[in-house]
Amino acid sequence: MEVDRPDGRSPSQLRPLSCSRGILNRAHGSASWTQGETKVLAAVYGPKAGTRKNENPEKACIEVIWKPKTGQIGKLERESEMVLKKSLESICIRSMYPNTTTSVIIQVVHDDGALLPCAINAACAALVDAGIPLKHLAVAICCSVADSGDVLLDPNKLEEEKMKAFAYLVFPNACVSVLPGGSLQVGKEPMEHGIITSVTHGAMSVDDYLHCLERGRAASAKMSEFLRRSLQPQLSADPSKAG
Amino acid sequence: MVLPNASEDLSTEMEVDAFRRLFPLRYYECHLVESIRPDGRALARARDTTIALGAVASASGSALVKIGSTTMLAAIKMEVMTPTMESPDEGCIAIDFHMPPICSPIVRPGRPAEVAPVVSKQLSDTISSSGMVDLKELSLVSGKAAWMAFLDIYCLDADGAVFDAALLSATAALSHLQIPAVSMNDDGKIVLMSEEDGERLAQEPVNKEKRKLALRSIPFSLTCILYKNYILADPTAEEESIMETQVTIVLDSSSQLISFYKPGGSVLAYTPAIQDCVALTRQRVKELQSILDEANSAMEVE
Repeated sequence: MEVDRPDGRSPSQLRPLSCSRGILNRAHGSASWTQGETKVLAAVYGPKAGTRKNENPEKACIEVIWKPKTGQIGKLERESEMVLKKSLESICIRSMYPNTTTSVIIQVVHDDGALLPCAINAACAALVDAGIPLKHLAVAICCSVADSGDVLLDPNKLEEEKMKAFAYLVFPNACVSVLPGGSLQVGKEPMEHGIITSVTHGAMSVDDYLHCLERGRAASAKMSEFLRRSLQPQLSADPSKAG
Repeated sequence: MVLPNASEDLSTEMEVDAFRRLFPLRYYECHLVESIRPDGRALARARDTTIALGAVASASGSALVKIGSTTMLAAIKMEVMTPTMESPDEGCIAIDFHMPPICSPIVRPGRPAEVAPVVSKQLSDTISSSGMVDLKELSLVSGKAAWMAFLDIYCLDADGAVFDAALLSATAALSHLQIPAVSMNDDGKIVLMSEEDGERLAQEPVNKEKRKLALRSIPFSLTCILYKNYILADPTAEEESIMETQVTIVLDSSSQLISFYKPGGSVLAYTPAIQDCVALTRQRVKELQSILDEANSAMEVE
């Protein structure tokens, strides 16, 4: 059974992605990430000396500043900041630069659905651009569940409002590593099947959620491929930022 | 995480309290391999939970909830407002979550706690996603007047699983809520009806008698910590600070998933762990449902 989408996409088709890095001159690292009409700009400053109060000085700390398109920062943005901070902390190698703070500034340029996943992808690309040591990349995706139980990937704002539920999921990307393959398996599942972050809205059945996970994993493989591709050429061409 | 081997040898010589402070993770691991937690609970066991309804006499609905030593006080104040143009026959619920300095050493006076707005947002999302309150029930006169329920939750003691306790106190306060009797006077204003003049005056009673909200499926939540292959249900503040990866699952009484919230954390959640957490939450929902039912029936007897 197919669900018609207003923009004529198939249920598991993502909107066109684009990512560019190093677009801000003064920032230590920057990136913009576009998914269809949704566009987010991320800048990274740091690592700077010292951590904020109540943070563990034995580890590097990440601070996220969320700038909405218009108006004041509200509860929604505070929650996004917290989710983003915790997600980024889990992909950084935090023991490398203890007692430092890295600021990640997120500027929303346009919101047309799946804003938080878009911001996470942008932040991740900006961290790579700044040369912050990461364990692996993170790939974020939005899965929405229609009343019929069908899962639609990467909904736009209109679809997000119509759906009964949606989930923002963040997965690690598949590591290409020199380590023997076995070490990347956790139990029977490959590492990229684990969830770093999950935020859901609306009511769905547990099976719907597990279905979302499956579809999200499949799509995140494609996205992590795209992310890796868009990061690689610049890495070799720009030795000044390496390390 | 690799721990110094020295701690292994020290564990036999050092005082327990000193060992606990110096090697907190190792201390917990020693317990976890024995499938027990330092406070004597099994890994999957939540702390004792109590609900006291009607803790605030001046509020229309209130509840004091304790999960272990985590304490939440929720109270609802009802006010009449003009409904919005988009939804003329719906009332509204405004939820606010407060973490005053009394609740934890991390919160300093003058500086609001970082997590407070986040929990507040999560609570209103959860309550609106679950569809537990039919907002049409809060309507008085279509397009003219509706109830605005101010639900304020105060955290008195934050000893872990703050969201679980806050949600439980919010739902308990809503189940205790008595909507006051009001009538419309000649000027078209809504006034509170006092008990004796109810029918004497030529007033049109809008809401004839005190009534309760008909709550549909009630959401209940359980926070679990993921650490290696262990799942620890209902963590204390100490456990939360040592083992960082948390998952909060909200299920309603008809087993619909209202929220699966995992904000980052170094441990990745795989399908088997997700299913285990959901199973634990199912059990906990039953437990909490019966505690809430008991508290409500105790109120009716009085």
